[in-house]
Order: sequence, then C-alpha cells, then structure tokens
Amino acid sequence: MSDTTQTTPGAPAPQTSPANPPRSNQMLKEILGGSAAISVLAVVLALVVGGVLVILTDERVAETAGYFFARPADALGAAWQAVSGAYSALFRGSVFNYATDRGFAIAIRPLLETLAFATPLIAAGLGVALAFRVGLFNIGGRGQMLIAASAAGYVGAYVPLPPVLHLVVALVAGVIGGALWGGLVGLLKARTGAHEVIVTIMLNYIAFYLVSFLLRTPGALQAPGQNNPKSGPILDSAVYPTLLGPQYTLDIGFILVIVATIYVWYLLNRSAMGFQFRAVGENPHAAQVAGIDVKAVYVKVMLIAGALVGLAGVQQVLGTFTGGFAAGLDAGIGFDAITVALLGRSKPWGVFFAGILFGALKAGSFTMQSAEGIPVDIVLVVQSFIVLFIAAPPLVRAIFRLPTPDGGFQWRMPVIARKAEVTK
Amino acid sequence: MSTAPATAAAPAGAPPAPATIAVRSWKAPIAFAVFTVISIVLFFLVGRPDLAGGNPTTTYRLTEARDAIQLPPLALGLAETTIVVTILMAAATVGAVLLARAAIRVPVWLTTIFAALFLVGFLTWAAAGATVPMIGLLAGALTVSTPLIFGSLGGVISERVGVVNIAIEGQLLGGAFMAAMVGTLTGSPYAGLLGAMVAGALVSFVLAAFAIKYVVDQVIVGVVLNVLVLGLTSFLYSTVMVPNADTFNSPEKFQRIALPLLSEIPIIGPILFRQTVIVYLMYVAIVLVWFGLFKTRWGLRLRAVGEHPTAADTVGIDVRATRFWNVLLAGAIVGGGGAFFTLAAVGSFGKDMTNGAGFIALAAVIFGRWDPIRATLAALLFGFATNLQSTLSIVGSPVPSEFMLMLPYVVTIVAVAGFVGLSRAPAASGKPYLKA
Repeated sequence: MSDTTQTTPGAPAPQTSPANPPRSNQMLKEILGGSAAISVLAVVLALVVGGVLVILTDERVAETAGYFFARPADALGAAWQAVSGAYSALFRGSVFNYATDRGFAIAIRPLLETLAFATPLIAAGLGVALAFRVGLFNIGGRGQMLIAASAAGYVGAYVPLPPVLHLVVALVAGVIGGALWGGLVGLLKARTGAHEVIVTIMLNYIAFYLVSFLLRTPGALQAPGQNNPKSGPILDSAVYPTLLGPQYTLDIGFILVIVATIYVWYLLNRSAMGFQFRAVGENPHAAQVAGIDVKAVYVKVMLIAGALVGLAGVQQVLGTFTGGFAAGLDAGIGFDAITVALLGRSKPWGVFFAGILFGALKAGSFTMQSAEGIPVDIVLVVQSFIVLFIAAPPLVRAIFRLPTPDGGFQWRMPVIARKAEVTK
Repeated sequence: MSTAPATAAAPAGAPPAPATIAVRSWKAPIAFAVFTVISIVLFFLVGRPDLAGGNPTTTYRLTEARDAIQLPPLALGLAETTIVVTILMAAATVGAVLLARAAIRVPVWLTTIFAALFLVGFLTWAAAGATVPMIGLLAGALTVSTPLIFGSLGGVISERVGVVNIAIEGQLLGGAFMAAMVGTLTGSPYAGLLGAMVAGALVSFVLAAFAIKYVVDQVIVGVVLNVLVLGLTSFLYSTVMVPNADTFNSPEKFQRIALPLLSEIPIIGPILFRQTVIVYLMYVAIVLVWFGLFKTRWGLRLRAVGEHPTAADTVGIDVRATRFWNVLLAGAIVGGGGAFFTLAAVGSFGKDMTNGAGFIALAAVIFGRWDPIRATLAALLFGFATNLQSTLSIVGSPVPSEFMLMLPYVVTIVAVAGFVGLSRAPAASGKPYLKA
C-alpha cells in the first residue's frame, strides 16, 4: 500500500539510496552521451555488416567461392557485384533514381517516398524519445498506434462530417485514443509501481486483440457487408491531402510531424513542464526533493508520448491505408520507433533525422528486394546493428581505434568476442 | 560457507512478518468480489440464450478411447453447477473480507479453490450443451506451455543473477531456427535440440557481452536483440531455407513417447506421460533449476550476485563471471525451448514463428515472482488460457476468442499492478556491477 517503498518489478528500479542516481539516469547518459561521430560510424558499421550478410547469402558468390584459391578475382568480383548492386538499389529506392529516363519528376520520387515512410517513424519515435527523457521505456508503440488508428479510422470511415472538420475530428480522436492508452501506462506506473516495460508489452497484445475483435464485429469497425476483418475505406473528406500532387505519396502528415518535432523541442527545452520532465529523467529523487510531483510527471509524459505515437497511428490510417485497415496496420513502426529514438539520442531533431534515415532504409529495401532479390528483412538487421553500435560507444571506438574521451570507461580489448576479458 | 545456512535459516525461524507490519490488504477480497460479480453477470444475467429450452448439460470426457482404464464421462447441468459455484464463490469472498478485516493474509489455498470454482463454472457455462475433452484440453495446455516454461526458467535464472532478459523472444526464435537447420542437416532431432541450445546461448552471449562488458542498458540490448534475431532469421529463412527447403528446413520431428505404466494412470497419465522428449526434458529442467537455485552452492552464489553484488564480491565471488556464465546457461535453456516450435509443434521453421511467446514467458517470470516453480505455474496458466480458447472455439463458445486470448495479458497487468501480492524483483536485477 505504501507506494514509495514498494519495489518496482523488472529492470531499472528507482529505489536505490539517494546518494546513487538510479538506473534510468545512467541509461539517459548512455543515450545522450555519445558524439555525432559515433552515430555516423555506427551506421557505416551496420551497413558493412549488412553487406557481409548479402555476400554470404549471394548465389554467385557461393559458386565462385568454390574455386576461390584458383581464381580469387571471380569470388571477389561477385562479392563486389552483390554488395554494390544491393546498395545502389538501396540508393535508387530511397534517394534518387538515376536509372530512369522519364525525367526529374520521376527520378526524385524515391526521396519523397522516403519522407513518406519517415513520417510515422518520426511521430512514434518522438513518443518513445520523450518517455526516454523521463526515464521511462515506452515499448507500447504498437498498442498506442492501434488504438489511435481505430479511433481515427472509426471517425474517418463511419462518421460523415464536412470536409476540413472531418479530418480534424478524426485526427483529434486518434491522438486522444493514443494518449489514453499511453496515459494508462503512466497511471499504473505512478499508482502501483508496475514496471512500464511489462505493462506496455501486455497492453500491445490487449490492443491487438481488442482491435482484431472490433475489426470483425459488424457495427464496430468492420466494413458493412464484408467478411474480412477489415475496416471500410476512409471517406475522402478525412483523407490526408497530398502535398505535391497525386503522383507522390507525401502528404500533410509530414507537416504535422515537423510541427510535432518543434513542439517536443519547445516542450523539453523551453517550457516549465519540460524542465520537470528532464529533472525527473536525470534523477527522480532529486526532483522529488525539489518539489516536483514525480508521479504526475509519469502520467503527463505518458499521455503526451501516447499522443505522439497516436499521431503515427493516425498517419497509417488517414494517410497510408486509406482503403480500409486491418490489425497489422502498425507494420512494426511501434518497435522501429524504439530504434529511431535511440539513434536520435532522444533529442527531437535527432529523432527527426533518424526517422528519415530509417525511412530511407525502408523505402530502399523494397527496391533492393525487387531489383536484387534481397529480402526486406535485412533492414531489421541493419537497424538493430546501428542501435547496438550506438549503445556501445566503446565498441565503436575500439573498432576504429578512436581515442577514449575522459570518461569512466577504459576499454583495451578491441573485439567483443574476447570473452576471456569479460570473465577474467 | 558456514555462515550461509545460518543466514538462510534466520528468516525461516523469525516470527512471521505480518505481526509487525499488520497491513490490511483489500486486494484479494476486491479481486474475489469482482470475479463473483462477473460470474453472476455471465451465468445468470447473460446466460446462454442461444441454447433453446431446458437445462443444457456440459459433458466432461475424462478418458480417451485408447486408455486401458475407462472412466465414465462427467455430465454437469448448467443451472445447478452455476448456482452452486456462484454460492461457493460468494462464500469465499465473504471469508476473504473477514480475513482482511482481521489483517490476515488470504491463504493461497483459498485463492486456488476460488480460481478452480470460477473455472468450473465458466467452462460449464461456456461449453454448455457440448462435450469437453478434458484430456485433450489439459494435455494440449501442457504442450502449448512448453516453450513458455523453458523461457520463464531461463528468465528466472537470468534475472536472479542480475541481468534482465527481455531477449527471451529472440532466444526462442533463434533456437527454433537453429533446431530446424541443424535438425535437417544432421537428420537427428537431438542434434537439432543441441543446436537450438547453442543458438540461445549465442543470443545470450551478445546480451551478456553488451550488458556486462559494455554496460549498455540491459533492457535496450534485449529489445534490440529481439529485432536482430527476428531480422536475421527472417533474412536467412528467405535466402537460404525457402529455396532449399529439403536440405535446410525439413527436420525430423520428435515423436510422442508414452512412458510405460505411468501413461496408464487415469487422467494424469495421458496428460503428463504421453508427450515428446522435449516435455520430459522440461520436467527435469524445472526440478533441476529449482533444486539448483535453492539447494546448492551454485544457486546461493547466483542469488547473492543478483541481490547484493557488492556483498558477493566482498566474500570472493566473481560477480561479472557469475553473471556471464549464468546468462549463457539461461540462454541455452530458453533456446532448447525454442526447439519445441520446429521439432515438436510445426516441423519446419517459419518467419516470426514464436509470435510473442517470449514476452509471455517474461510475464510468467514476473507473475511467478522470480521463482522457478511459480513461474512454471504461471506459464501453465497462460498455456491453459490459450488452449482453452482453441478448445472453446471448436465447441462453439459465446465468448469472442479475442477476449480469451487477451486474458493472460490482462491477468499479468493485474499481477504486476500488485493485486496478486507484492512482487519483488531481485534487488540488483538490471543494474550493471562496476567494481569501484
């Protein structure tokens, strides 16, 4: 019953003695601590790992490797072919399609495609990043997106309203839905000390089954006269208008995401509430002593984080799946958002550019699959390696022989594989 | 070592804590009351309007055709069963209220009986007018629980030694992949099982290296590892397994083995002793992990490192080495559970085939309060809920299947929020140990 003494189950239990800053504080330092150089090098390293994977599974390479010692040039050439083919396809699919001869308007389309893919990633990434700054780990992106998308989708598909008003109402409904689903986590954390990692994971599944149920229930979300678990199409008055004409998928959602980024920047760096957020993130005990209501901060930050992730869910429904959505509408964005937030070091503009990078990987992966036959799953591998490398700056420094900054860490062993050092 | 038994014995011999704390916990009575109200609503207000006329009965089939000893099926009338069950549940609720007023903790047996009552009432209501194959229901639940139990055992070990293991999902998936690969290449499911354990340990190795050596936040590493394993296995599945399914992805499955004599025990036999080798290994693993954790020097050291690494270091235990090797062991156990998917259940690997089982196992760890036996029971509960859902969808139940599937997650949130009693993580779980 005594909330302050109750230990939170799971990982970063903020119940250490006031002398030691809690785990969440250290996590924050890790996320914010590295330099931009580490981020760039981490991306390079991850792309190298992806390249190795492409080479290892390439058929031509496997054939030529059979007689590697007789004619090594063949195998090396094939390896080069595989990697350069893969990454030039990635470039063509995400930035500029130099191979086309149909003019600039077509050639530049991949870049706008990248921005379109980046839009929900940035929104959800902001939600995760904001929670990070308070020391909370929001894995609940999937659930928050699903609930937000259902709310926005219901209004968008089944509640006819005048043109501009309809879009606004659908957007607001979705954002509120996401905020409530996220706020629930903050409330449970504040009231009972339930660990947010567990609660968000569980709420993801609950949201998934809830939305699945609604999608197959006539009168709820299911399209009338249909048997598929799918909603009806979004009415034209609620669909996000495109920004640059119908031949590009980029829509007004991108503007919304820019506004959201500015808002989060303002919130964190210029507002009193943001000051409280950062204070709790740095050290909840000190914040408590300073008179900040830590529990209220937990609820507030999860409400806002849920709203931001909800914006991503709304984007999916009103921007991407306008013909009707199914329960898989989140398309892994809720989890990608975690890597986006980590890559962006939980800073608003960092998240913005990290989202664009991951959007580019996503957009390019489809070209890689169609042109080179490389499964899109490679993007997951590259993404997770980026985050692993970013999370362990000493590893990146060791690989590139960079000098160690005057920190607490002194790493001499260059490779993680030397576990003898770990076990001593 | 002479101090260890003394300190271990101290809390057992000490007077029970409630004498000094005397907290009146209303959580159990509230939970009881909520479930009683749910029962009244479901059984009497909602009822079964879809079943026309009379008093439908629910038949529980207790034996299968091939059993040596045949038991007659049990038929329960809907009306009388639900009335009796609801009255008993109400009585239990009143009892719990009285206990809470007297500041006495509601005993576990009362909670167990209450849960059983609710279950009988619910099953009778949901399957009214149909036959429930009890053996199939329970044996299936055990089978479904197998990877969850392996996962939660690994999770318990890992968290007890002080490393949060969010990567259970990745370890299961890696194990499933490697089991299919090695099992097909060698033609032996046992080799596949071994490969699965190696794969789980490999995932654990990355977790341990980053968490212990590079002091990266353990939750972050775990989450990223799940994505990494999902990406790697999906990538290799598409590039390697799909084009050459015969050479890489058609392992020989473990066959069900009926243990002689034991499998002939009525009811229990067919449920527990007509399973695959993986399930029998699971029995052994549960006992070994429990015994090891609480009865051996290894377990004592492991728990010391997870509870108070500084103290453990002071008495000469190498904290980082203990953590490293035990996280590896935990990964191997979880990986072995992953083999269940490819070598016992499906017979080939598929993209993301674990489908969140690792997260349920994680929930079981917390629900089971970091205790191998309780975690096993929690995993069994989750498995039972899943299998109950599929059984009820076959008999035709009025409850939408999505709500049945949602149940384990709701229960976990309720448990984590503290309604099932105070759950306390190992004190140093999630905190890296940096020697000053």
